[in-house]
Amino acid sequence: MAGTAIGRVIASALGLATIMAAGDVLADVKIGAVLSVTGPASFLGDPEKKTLEMYAADINAKGGINGQPIKLVIYDDGSDPNQARTFAIRLIEEDKVDALLAGSTTATTMPIITLAEENQIPLINFAGAVQAVFPAKKWNFKTPHTDLMACEKIFEDVKKRNLTKVALISGADAFGKSMRDQCMTITGKYGLEVLHEESYQPRDSDMTAQLTNIKSKAGVQAVINPGFGQGPAIVTRNYRQLGITVPLYHGHGIGTKQFIELATPAAAEGVRLPAAALLVADKLPANDSQRKVVVDYKQTYESKTGQPVSTFGGHMYDGLMILAEAMQRAKSFDKAKVRDEIEKTRGFIGTGGVVNMTPTDHLGLDLTAFRMLEIKNGDWTLAQ
Amino acid sequence: MPEFLQFLFSGLTVGAIYALVAVGFTLIYSSSDVINFAQGEFVMIGGMVTYVLAAAGAPLPVAGLLAIVVAVAVGLLLHRLAIEPARDASAVTLIIVTIGASILLRGLAGVGFDKNFHSLPPFLGAEPWLVGGAAILPQSVIVLSGAGIVVLLLWLFMNRTLYGKAMLATAANRLAARLVGIDTSRVVMLSFAISAAIGAVGGILVTPIVLTSYDVGTLLALKGFAAAMLGGIGHPLGAIAGGLLVGLLETFGAGYLSSSYKDAIAFLVILAVLFAMPQGLFGRNAIERV
Amino acid sequence: MRGTIARLAGNRYAALMAVAATVLLLPLVAPSPFYLRIATLVFIFALAVLGLNLLMGFAGQVSLGHAGFFGIGAYSVAIGPAHLGVPAWASLLVGAALAGLLAFVVGRPILRLKGHYLAVATLGMGLLIGMVFTNEARWTGGPDGMPVARLVLLGWTARGTQTWYWISGATLALGVLVAINLIDSPTGRAFRAIHDSEIAATVLGVDVARYKLIAFVLSAVYAAVAGAYLALFDGLVTPVAAGFLRSIEFVAMAVMGGLGSILGSVVGAALLTVLPQLLTVFHDYEQIALGTIMIVFMIFLRAGIVPGLAALIERKPP
Repeated sequence: MAGTAIGRVIASALGLATIMAAGDVLADVKIGAVLSVTGPASFLGDPEKKTLEMYAADINAKGGINGQPIKLVIYDDGSDPNQARTFAIRLIEEDKVDALLAGSTTATTMPIITLAEENQIPLINFAGAVQAVFPAKKWNFKTPHTDLMACEKIFEDVKKRNLTKVALISGADAFGKSMRDQCMTITGKYGLEVLHEESYQPRDSDMTAQLTNIKSKAGVQAVINPGFGQGPAIVTRNYRQLGITVPLYHGHGIGTKQFIELATPAAAEGVRLPAAALLVADKLPANDSQRKVVVDYKQTYESKTGQPVSTFGGHMYDGLMILAEAMQRAKSFDKAKVRDEIEKTRGFIGTGGVVNMTPTDHLGLDLTAFRMLEIKNGDWTLAQ
Repeated sequence: MPEFLQFLFSGLTVGAIYALVAVGFTLIYSSSDVINFAQGEFVMIGGMVTYVLAAAGAPLPVAGLLAIVVAVAVGLLLHRLAIEPARDASAVTLIIVTIGASILLRGLAGVGFDKNFHSLPPFLGAEPWLVGGAAILPQSVIVLSGAGIVVLLLWLFMNRTLYGKAMLATAANRLAARLVGIDTSRVVMLSFAISAAIGAVGGILVTPIVLTSYDVGTLLALKGFAAAMLGGIGHPLGAIAGGLLVGLLETFGAGYLSSSYKDAIAFLVILAVLFAMPQGLFGRNAIERV
Repeated sequence: MRGTIARLAGNRYAALMAVAATVLLLPLVAPSPFYLRIATLVFIFALAVLGLNLLMGFAGQVSLGHAGFFGIGAYSVAIGPAHLGVPAWASLLVGAALAGLLAFVVGRPILRLKGHYLAVATLGMGLLIGMVFTNEARWTGGPDGMPVARLVLLGWTARGTQTWYWISGATLALGVLVAINLIDSPTGRAFRAIHDSEIAATVLGVDVARYKLIAFVLSAVYAAVAGAYLALFDGLVTPVAAGFLRSIEFVAMAVMGGLGSILGSVVGAALLTVLPQLLTVFHDYEQIALGTIMIVFMIFLRAGIVPGLAALIERKPP
């Protein structure tokens, strides 16, 4: 009979030891994020953070990844790349996370990519520029479409309408400038000629001066506006105010339906832009492969936050899901195994498109992932 | 010619915004020697609070009035909690206090409201009026007239009411004003309240054109501050002139020269004025007593 | 014991001893390399703030655009090796010289202004420098900034937190030494005379314009070296380095640490660098906390932390 005091102590000690040993196996999976929740890029980071928290909780409610709950560590870099680097180091060295979902802007992402490579930890980033994923680096992956793709989609549409002479008005922020630079590299490929260029500061409240110059330039057949945030909305308003009639294209930095309200539906009528299917979720045909995913995400996000759905939040959804599924396929949280599984992502249906990664393509999207949208009657529609 | 007119109208519109911010700066500075870096936040409060209340169902004029009340309350709190206690501090200390207040208010707005941009419906519709080939928004005319009305009311207040004259006296010489029985502390409080109201009115008027968000305050404060310096800080009329001038310089610069250095043009001119005419366009040379 | 502390604190080189002790002892108590990284950032910012303190605390001027000089140093070590083939250490010296030169050229007219006018002028200068960095993309990489190659000296590459901890710690100590000697020299006395009353100083025969310029140039050089260090340490530079917010941070660090106190510069830098790290749990509220702290300090602890503490200690009966 094991009733002696000593016996009980030994039993409980053994029990405790077992629990503690099992405790290691039962450790949470730690996912770290460095996002620009405040600062000039809060337009990007805020929906990303909300999405991450929302869906991590959702995954945990359904039992976690590989049976373990996700523990999130989110830091706000305030849109400052030095801070982003400091926080990324903190995640890797102090918090010892298993994977990184980090980098809202290109400037904040580039140092994190270097750290991910140095420390051999899988990273999925949310930057816009093409250099955030090409040429492919071993540990670095990305979910948002690149600015180069946005340019190509726009130029493709411009060419389809038999227009060849364009003018550019770009935001001087990193997003706008990077997209403008990419667009300039492929004008020849689509047979387009840029007659005139203007730019505006990211916080400018009035672009009529620049648009007046474009309006008075003879022969302009279409105007393209690489930019993000409220700049494109003001450009659109000023465009109508000045009575410019040639087609206006924006980039993919718009992100939410709020843009239409800000630009005013009257001014936004007929404006086109490349965007993720997320923005036209309800209008997708029933047999569209993305329909279910985007409609679900849109409804969940809008009902939980009370704000219009944002493509930037959608990119985070894609990143988190790709990571979670990779971890499940790997049946482990070992960084190298997870990385390999991320790279093997095939046929993943996300808000941004259908993802097929390869060892040289860590983005996995092609031009069909972008839909060309047109604004009609104050709402997004698929352009014909 | 139509380009010139377009630049002119746009420049005046933008300039009117800076002018209203500059008037707020000037008012507070005159009575208390404080440069209120949180001035831009009053503009933000005007726009954001109006939007939030209107979105919650309040009719626009009511929302606007409530927003002004909120801004005045914030201005009074700012004065009571941050400026009054630091009253006899050096200029640098006071600058830090107002910068801290600006950061605080911005943080509160970011948490309390949201981080998105918002607009208000234009008061007279969105169809632009065509004048000489240039398109001017009806709202721009409202902003300019609003600025004009504000200046007129301010002038009447300063010169025709007792309180206004007390403010002028305090601005001229604080000690002398105290000696003749003016409660200078109350005068300063009043200047904060009025500045806040002016800022909020400005915010409500311009939001239909330039949109609002939790952090519009910073850049507006910088440009408004520069405009106030240009006009000669301490002179409401100078502030208006300075604001309009900065707006015009910016717009003409963006149109004719370079839009990348648009902001630079405004600051370069201000630097030039500071070196050539430190008292600003309308100020008088101050004599420093030993 | 109290007597010993009082004697040590009263020593001219008290600040230097405190800084040196911190630099030497911190690695022994730091729980991990991450803390050393934070310490390195503190040393770098403290260097810039120290220079600003010489200008604001001792010479009594105000500069709301000091991040501009910081940025010049940072971009010099980026552009030199990348576009001009000049090695990083030479670019650093050139950057410091450039900042000093700019301060010299711009300082003459600007420093004639006083009070708020000086504030606006320096603000404008800082913003203009930032605009150049943002717009001249061919040289500076534009709004996204550019990567910075590691510092290479005679075949040895300076990389890693440990290395930069010692480099920035040693440089800070050197900067403190220079500052202490400066304060106690005729130049330093001239600074303080100008701070107390420019008119009185002029009447006494002090060449006010010349000394103000010296303070300005010196503070620019300090800032530029600090900027270069940050760029080399982090391996990247962006226009944020020269931004308005950074200028305000420097001023806040100087004022909260204590204007006119050399140790205060280090304490102020430490406070505002460590704060975001501590507040990460409440990152949504970080701005609110920062703003509140700034206001509370200016109301209750106007002289700054170090002078405030010193006054507290002195007030205690022996």
